[in-house]
Amino acid sequence: MSQFFAMGGYAAFVWPAYALTFVAVFVNIAAARRAHTAARAEVRRRLEIEGEQT
Amino acid sequence: MDWTWFHRLASPPHVYRIAGVLTPWFAWPAGVLIALALYGGLVLAPPDYQQGDGFRIIYVHAPAAWLSLMIYSTMAVSAAVGLIWRMKVAHAVAASCASIGAWFTAVSLVTGMLWGKPMWGTYWAWDPRLTAQLVLLFLYLGYMGLRAGFEDTARADKASAVLAIVGVVNVPIIKFSVEWWNSIHQAPSVSKLARASMPAEMLVPLLTMMLGFTLYFVAVLLVRLRAEILRRERTAKWIREAVAA
Repeated sequence: MSQFFAMGGYAAFVWPAYALTFVAVFVNIAAARRAHTAARAEVRRRLEIEGEQT
Repeated sequence: MDWTWFHRLASPPHVYRIAGVLTPWFAWPAGVLIALALYGGLVLAPPDYQQGDGFRIIYVHAPAAWLSLMIYSTMAVSAAVGLIWRMKVAHAVAASCASIGAWFTAVSLVTGMLWGKPMWGTYWAWDPRLTAQLVLLFLYLGYMGLRAGFEDTARADKASAVLAIVGVVNVPIIKFSVEWWNSIHQAPSVSKLARASMPAEMLVPLLTMMLGFTLYFVAVLLVRLRAEILRRERTAKWIREAVAA
């Protein structure tokens, strides 16, 4: 197992590359979801204001 | 020929709904393929005869680089469709591409640096491909900055579409840079499928990862597109039903 993590001496290059890539993968998922939730909330807020005015 | 499918693609409520239905159909296969490719690339594939285990960076570097170019092409084509047919949904697709593309361009650059240090002895060289890839990052950032500079979405769409289309010349420059110029960067490992330059145990995880990343991009793009459509259509009548669920 420790041999696996050593990556034949390239651990200091291989693991940061993988870590960064998967940080990007998850950041993009979170950011897209957040953008969608925020857009929905904004539309709802707008509809409520309209509802009060009529 | 029946063109209703094309007109439907231009209809924001239709696209909003379809994008929501399609997202899990891309997201779950993407997750499975990426997990399989990780196992194949990190565990099953044998070490390279020259680079040892250092070559395994390819399983994140090449898919990120592929996404960076594929996303830019998607963005430029959508922007062109938006300009030519005045299709708002196409502009929304282009706008949704930019930040995802910028992220994976940055990932391709940094993973490339982490691969370059042990193999070339340097993190960075002003090499044709590396430089052109850096220009790609600036194109994405410029596109986003330009859009942010406009209050009016329609004007942002037009101006940023022109930038996206002009910038697309950089895509073939990056792709063929290792063939046109004497580059420090190695020749492609994948495109010569006829005489594949790596054994199947190495190649299959790479192709699996690239397919997984592609499906992943589509899933993220669809969610971003829904957000973008809501933002643009916030005064439209159909929006009430869309957010009711």
